[in-house]
Amino acid sequence: MKFIDEFRDKEIAAALVQKIHRTSTRPIQLMEVCGTHTVSIFRYGIRTVLPEQIRLISGPGCPVCVTPNQDIDLAIALSRQSDVIIVTFGDMMRVPGSTSSLQKEKAEGRDIRIIYSSLEALNIAKGHPEKRVVFLAIGFETTSPTIAVAILRAEEEKLHNLSFLNSQKRVPPALVALLQSKQVRIDGFILPGHVSTIIGANPYQFIAKKYGRPAVIIGFEPLDILQGIWMLIKQIEENRAAVEIQYRRVVHDEGNPIALRKIEEVFEKDESRWRGLGVIPDSGYRFKESYKHMDARNFNVEVEPSTEHPECLCGEVLQGIKSPLECHLFKKVCHPENPIGPCMVSIEGTCHTYFKFQ
Amino acid sequence: MCLGIPGKVIEIEKNVAKVDVGGFVRDISLDLCPDVSIGEYVLIHTGFAIQKVDEKEAEETLELLRQMAEAI
Repeated sequence: MKFIDEFRDKEIAAALVQKIHRTSTRPIQLMEVCGTHTVSIFRYGIRTVLPEQIRLISGPGCPVCVTPNQDIDLAIALSRQSDVIIVTFGDMMRVPGSTSSLQKEKAEGRDIRIIYSSLEALNIAKGHPEKRVVFLAIGFETTSPTIAVAILRAEEEKLHNLSFLNSQKRVPPALVALLQSKQVRIDGFILPGHVSTIIGANPYQFIAKKYGRPAVIIGFEPLDILQGIWMLIKQIEENRAAVEIQYRRVVHDEGNPIALRKIEEVFEKDESRWRGLGVIPDSGYRFKESYKHMDARNFNVEVEPSTEHPECLCGEVLQGIKSPLECHLFKKVCHPENPIGPCMVSIEGTCHTYFKFQ
Repeated sequence: MCLGIPGKVIEIEKNVAKVDVGGFVRDISLDLCPDVSIGEYVLIHTGFAIQKVDEKEAEETLELLRQMAEAI
């Protein structure tokens, strides 16, 4: 496929690996923020071709994984209302809440449906005017504008039976939290390519300017990742810190202004709770006043008190503090057929990726 | 979750495009990326075009990498 095959060229990849080996002189830790990067890095064996002194650590970039139990428990409580249909993206089905999951509830007969695009939520609401349709809306900035479009259309079409359980997250504030926590040394960031098609490079400038760390926005094919890592290593070796774009074919400094306007029309920034990272200021969205009537958090339902599995290390894994290999549930009790935490459920979860490729 | 794949726009009707993704044709919303023409490539995420793929930038990146590889 065009724009994919060319970026998998073996000869150029080998040359980039040589460049990286020649340029690197010191031990460094780079964090790949995005779960899609973690999968690509394992799939193409990137770790195995890097010098030993370059360590890649996985970050919190999996929306399914960082959705806190409170929100999953609320979705489960809503699904138990006889007049409610829950719709959500596929991976959310199997994520364990405190005592159940949406998949278990579906098996019990609740009406819970998987959608691929936010626009399908509109069709389901139109097809079931007698029901309340609740969209458990998760995702980073890549997905947020698509959810905003669904909200704007629902308003336009006066769809009064569709509401949104909004659990979306914003990436840059989570990076601030990671840099401030100092629990893990991060010498440079592999920034998420597709989040950045929407937000651009500008919102990351604080990484270089305030914290003095290099950061590169990188694509997902092997040449993208190798070139991006090389760009990071060059910055580190030259004692520079800047935000650079490797993935220039789809990422521009200003992002996608039309998509950003859609988000701004519907949402305003708000604090948000992340699994593992806790509550982070400005890292989520709340509805603007004129769209508050579509907030599913307005529903009056009793939600069980949220608890986490005491031994699951998902929270530490999401911050790069621990590797899945350090979790004693990993592969023994916790595996894709019986996930204890969300990092084993999502196909982009770090534990799932380790299980599949390690 | 943040997966995106490139596809070629082959037809446009209002704000929906038919996009060829590796031989499969799908209806893709242009709400977030209205300024595209037939023959151009877009990056697709959950049924939406979220950005145009800039062919010139892609070629420049590859050319830079080819030159680097030859110089080794």
